[in-house]
Amino acid sequence: MSDGAVRSMGVGRKESAVLLPRAAMSRIAKILSVSLLAPFLAGCNAVVMAPAGDIAMQQRDLIIIATVLMLLIIIPVMVLVVLFARKYRASNTEAKYEPDWHHSTRLELVIWSAPLAIIICLGAVTWVSTHLLDPYRELGRLGPNRPIPASTQPLEVEVVALDWKWMFIYPQYDVATVNELVVPVDRPINFKLTASTVMNSFYIPAMAGMIYAMPGMQTQLHGVINNPGTYKGIAAHYSGHGFSGMHFVTKGVSDGEFDTWIADVKASPDMLNRQRYLEVEKPSEHVPVMHFAGVESGLYTAIVNMCVELDKMCMSEMMSIDQQGGLGHAGIDNLAPELYGGGERNRSPFGPQKTYVAAICSTEEAIAMTAKLPAIHAPSSAPFVGRGLTRPEAVAQINAPALDWLAGKLAFNETTSTDAL
Amino acid sequence: MTNEFWSFIFGRLTWDVLPLHEPIVVVTFIVVALAGVTLVGALTYFKLWGYLWKEWFTSVDHKKIGIMYMVLGLVMLVRGFTDALMMRLQQAIAFNGSEGYLNAHHYDQLFSVHGVIMIFFVAMPLITGFMNYVVPLQIGARDVSFPFLNNFSFWMTAGGAVLIMASLFIGEFAQTGWLAFPPLSGIEHSPASGVDYYIWALQIAGVGTTLSGVNLIATIIKMRAPGMTLMKMPVFTWTSLCTNVLIVASFPILTAVLTLLALDRYVGTNFFTSDFGGNPMMYVNLIWIWGHPEVYILILPAFGIFSEVASTFSGKRLFGYTSMVYATVVITVLSYLVWLHHFFTMGSGASVNSFFGITTMIISIPTGAKIFNWLFTMYKGRIRFELPMMWLIAFMLTFTIGGMTGVLLAVPPADFVLHNSLFLVAHFHNVIIGGVLFGIFAGINYWWPKAFGYKLNQFWGKISFWLWNVGFWLAFGPLYVLGLMGVTRRLRTFDDPSLQIWFIIAGIGALVIAGGIASMGIQFAVSILGKNKEWDTTGDPWNGRTLEWATSSPPPQYNFAFTPIIHDSDAWADMKQRNAQRPTKGYMDIHMPRNTGTGVILAGLSVVLGFALIWYMWWLVILSFVALIGAAIIHTFNYERDYYIPIEAVTEVEDKRTRLLSGAR
Repeated sequence: MSDGAVRSMGVGRKESAVLLPRAAMSRIAKILSVSLLAPFLAGCNAVVMAPAGDIAMQQRDLIIIATVLMLLIIIPVMVLVVLFARKYRASNTEAKYEPDWHHSTRLELVIWSAPLAIIICLGAVTWVSTHLLDPYRELGRLGPNRPIPASTQPLEVEVVALDWKWMFIYPQYDVATVNELVVPVDRPINFKLTASTVMNSFYIPAMAGMIYAMPGMQTQLHGVINNPGTYKGIAAHYSGHGFSGMHFVTKGVSDGEFDTWIADVKASPDMLNRQRYLEVEKPSEHVPVMHFAGVESGLYTAIVNMCVELDKMCMSEMMSIDQQGGLGHAGIDNLAPELYGGGERNRSPFGPQKTYVAAICSTEEAIAMTAKLPAIHAPSSAPFVGRGLTRPEAVAQINAPALDWLAGKLAFNETTSTDAL
Repeated sequence: MTNEFWSFIFGRLTWDVLPLHEPIVVVTFIVVALAGVTLVGALTYFKLWGYLWKEWFTSVDHKKIGIMYMVLGLVMLVRGFTDALMMRLQQAIAFNGSEGYLNAHHYDQLFSVHGVIMIFFVAMPLITGFMNYVVPLQIGARDVSFPFLNNFSFWMTAGGAVLIMASLFIGEFAQTGWLAFPPLSGIEHSPASGVDYYIWALQIAGVGTTLSGVNLIATIIKMRAPGMTLMKMPVFTWTSLCTNVLIVASFPILTAVLTLLALDRYVGTNFFTSDFGGNPMMYVNLIWIWGHPEVYILILPAFGIFSEVASTFSGKRLFGYTSMVYATVVITVLSYLVWLHHFFTMGSGASVNSFFGITTMIISIPTGAKIFNWLFTMYKGRIRFELPMMWLIAFMLTFTIGGMTGVLLAVPPADFVLHNSLFLVAHFHNVIIGGVLFGIFAGINYWWPKAFGYKLNQFWGKISFWLWNVGFWLAFGPLYVLGLMGVTRRLRTFDDPSLQIWFIIAGIGALVIAGGIASMGIQFAVSILGKNKEWDTTGDPWNGRTLEWATSSPPPQYNFAFTPIIHDSDAWADMKQRNAQRPTKGYMDIHMPRNTGTGVILAGLSVVLGFALIWYMWWLVILSFVALIGAAIIHTFNYERDYYIPIEAVTEVEDKRTRLLSGAR
């Protein structure tokens, strides 16, 4: 049993424990949202406050709950500021004046404990909601009281932030697009994200919160769109001159329409192989929608590992070599000059010419190797534990019996919690 | 041969890098050049150079250095605000396919330089200026611990500002955002001079800030008047102490991270590159480990100013002094445990995000306690609504909203939808303008009579107050709304026409703020040049409570003829209550530090070094570096560092004050 599975079950159990207050809170949130924010935001399309996906909806509820909790203390303070300022103005000689009154233990207790009480409530809400709405966490439901049907297979989408456009690869359908994301409604979507050159952030406000897309790294996002429609997709982190034009259309469609659309993309004459990817990757602005009828196998893994160029060693390959002790002196001879955007890379005045480590096995072998390996494998043998990091073997082995026992226990709990949803 | 020769001399500085193709920059240059020539001409005509050099530039007097910091900050405020106005105009018109009037190259520099200037060269100098001016007076000292270091620190900060201003006309500034995240700020993606200007301007100013932090910590720890235990220090001094501890503990991180970035850019190391084992996330972590304490560096002294204002104008002791001090210390410590909340969205796990979210919320508890303390200081007081008090009320109403949106952003799932949005932009302007800047304005109105001997004009001060407050909400209210509409920051053009109205309102708000800044300028001008000045002959125009009001306005060079002895936390109020008499004889010679031009020279050489590094003029790098070290060494052989103010001079100054005081009564 992999420890990833154990972890997700662990969170599943937590969900069942907080189910009741969460449902109640979301009801409160809805009532409050209408009364508080409707007049304020009427007339503008506040997508964050009225999203189309379950995750963003829960995030909206959380914004409202947190705001209301804080207003419990903010409003009295603001009212008191105005009242005291008025009452104790110098011209009002009837008000009490006690120039040496400067301490009151009781008042101090209130001053410290009132904010503390609010923060304890908010902290509890934060702890629970941060785990439940973790972008790395697989969806537990399609919406309130709508469990995911057992037959539903989540849609896999691999996202690449390029200069300055978005690429979407659909590995289950062997198609890819640029600047257009079409997804079936009510089907969970598992995004894996990376970038080609600089950092960016992938954000569909109507669907779920944002997550960064970074070169040589992979992040994840899980979301679902409940209402059919066309939504904005945004690059939320500044990435250079073409940044303002770097947005994409997101369409939530029915299953039938989605199949038609896939067929449509399949009919495109364009294919996304490594060569084509390197052309598309070059910086360009305001890029119109592109469709690719097929995707070379292993392309996304190669992008994450920064080895789309055929003669470049993949990061995963390099890390596993290093983990086994490296190539020694031979390693420093295996270099080739690196190009960026077709020419020599910008050089540091005192730096050596930029090079990269050349591949030492055939392309096919490298692809086979990277396909088998996880995208990024922490090379350390130190007991580094955390989300996104695999548990080092040694630790996993020691814990194996306990984990198996725990997994059995949690598997039982998870079935019940899914039913409850 | 000649080509090689010129590129040896000028490095990569050529005619092509001058922004002659950008009409806006050219016009700006002409205006600035004309104004500069006029200023230089006027100074020469009125023979003021000698005066400026002797009395100000080389001065080691903490009061004069404080005032120079304030002037620097206010001048840079105008520059930073002009950038803001240009951005607002661009965003208000770039709709429906219009590109606006700024190209990406120019616009991307604008938002980067706006952030850098406002934080490093407006907020920091203004805050440091107050600490410099007020702290020694509040603790009854004659100067700071290291007066020459103080002068040097100021000129290093000014040197950084000079480099940033130079980037406007020679080459370009960074187009990376104010924190210059790699890989975008690496040599591959930003090969031009912009990021180098960023690095060296901040490195030079950073030296000044760090040394000034060391100086003020030493001053507060070692130079308090007898009897002033730590728990009898004025609250502004307490917040200054905490701020300087934060500076000394966090600015080295900035220096280190920028050094690593410079190594990546200059010698091809791979600290923050995406390949070769580099890790851009490391930069993000390190810069925010500096960056978060930085916001508390700015806000804590503002809290201190508000504490002084609250008790003075309520005519009351500060409510809950002890809890105020502990709140400040708790904020100081907690500010190191929250940095990750700036990048919840970069894929940290849920538990890590929760931890940093909750620590962030915890900071709001001591902050909330402070707000209550000011509130209960007003309670049962006699509140005089002078300008500083008006800024305090405005602050309490504005800052609580900013604090609330801040705690909201600290809830990670909420941050996932609000991060990098205009909601975030509105939030940090809400706390920085509503907190730091309002505090600075309160402080300027509060301590101006101490520094110059007369009060600021009330009429223009009130106009400025109202324009700032109305302008602030007009400018940033719409940004909150736009953030909830899913609009992110740093965008240059838009295609959704329904957004335009909000940007137009925000633009109008910025214009109103411009009116506020202009009124403040008029307020200063009217107060300085006007004939009917509200002179302050007592040295205590507000019925103050702390020691700076015990001496004359402006204070004599030596601050206090006799070192005061402290019995109570509100030392001056306590002296007034006990009817303590000011000693009028028994003066002695006063030992004082001598002025020196070394600070100006060292900072000037640092600017040359930075400029040479930016433009790859290697011979000049070596030359200026050697000169810099040489000048520092030569300075150590200068033994004429101090002198005595003779009894006669002291007696003359003090007798004059005695006559003034008796006349006033």
